[in-house]
Amino acid sequence: MTLELISFLVLAVVAIATAIGMLVSRNAIYSALFLVLNFITVAVFYLLLGAPFIAMAQVTVYAGAIMVLFLFVIMLLGAESSVGEFNWRKAIFPGLLAFILAVEVALLLITRARPAGEVVSPDAAINTVTNLRDLGETLFNQYLLPFEVTSILLLVAMVGAIVLIRKEKRVP
Amino acid sequence: MVPINYYIILSAILFTIGALGVLIRRNALIIFMSIELMLNAANLAIVAFSSILQSFSGQIFVFFVIAVAAAEVAVGLALIVEIFKSKRSIDVDQMSSLKG
Repeated sequence: MTLELISFLVLAVVAIATAIGMLVSRNAIYSALFLVLNFITVAVFYLLLGAPFIAMAQVTVYAGAIMVLFLFVIMLLGAESSVGEFNWRKAIFPGLLAFILAVEVALLLITRARPAGEVVSPDAAINTVTNLRDLGETLFNQYLLPFEVTSILLLVAMVGAIVLIRKEKRVP
Repeated sequence: MVPINYYIILSAILFTIGALGVLIRRNALIIFMSIELMLNAANLAIVAFSSILQSFSGQIFVFFVIAVAAAEVAVGLALIVEIFKSKRSIDVDQMSSLKG
């Protein structure tokens, strides 16, 4: 058992526990906070995989921006009450379906994608500047068009959200 | 050294919990959070594969997925607020106006 494997296993337990906590908690605010913890755990997985940029983007965008938006809407609507509360008896059939889905996804990903080998130790990947520099160069050369399209998508989403929320002026 | 299969199995488990959340919860906000969880699980698998292949393309794809998820959340929450304004509830079982 290397240190890396131990930290992976501990973090995996935390990730699954927080995901289940998100699923079963009655209060929507607790769900959102469990989900924040889950996102941060996934960010640490990204660090273990040698992807520090994605990890930081995960923390700022997901755990920061998106979840604050969620909490804001929950408190705005006052929806933290147990609307459609969790019920174990109703969960048996979906649980069975979901178990089958999990086995199937894992089997197909492992057998079809044929991932060979182990994740390399990330020390070399994190501690060099060239990792981030190469990432930026790839992003702005090879993937420049998708980057610009993403900016337009964000603009459209912003306009859409404003149009949806705006009060309609009744035409007499 | 962590075998990549562990990451894939973890990703499958997280994805399944997200799908289960969509199936068994009736609160629209929690269903939305479950969708985010599924996106995250997919991202984790992509980053694991990209780490094995020593390629940046996977990481950049995940970056785009995160941007699209942010856009999706902005529009989706606006829709949920609108639905709450008209129905005074975000229980998805109540959204049956189109049912004959």
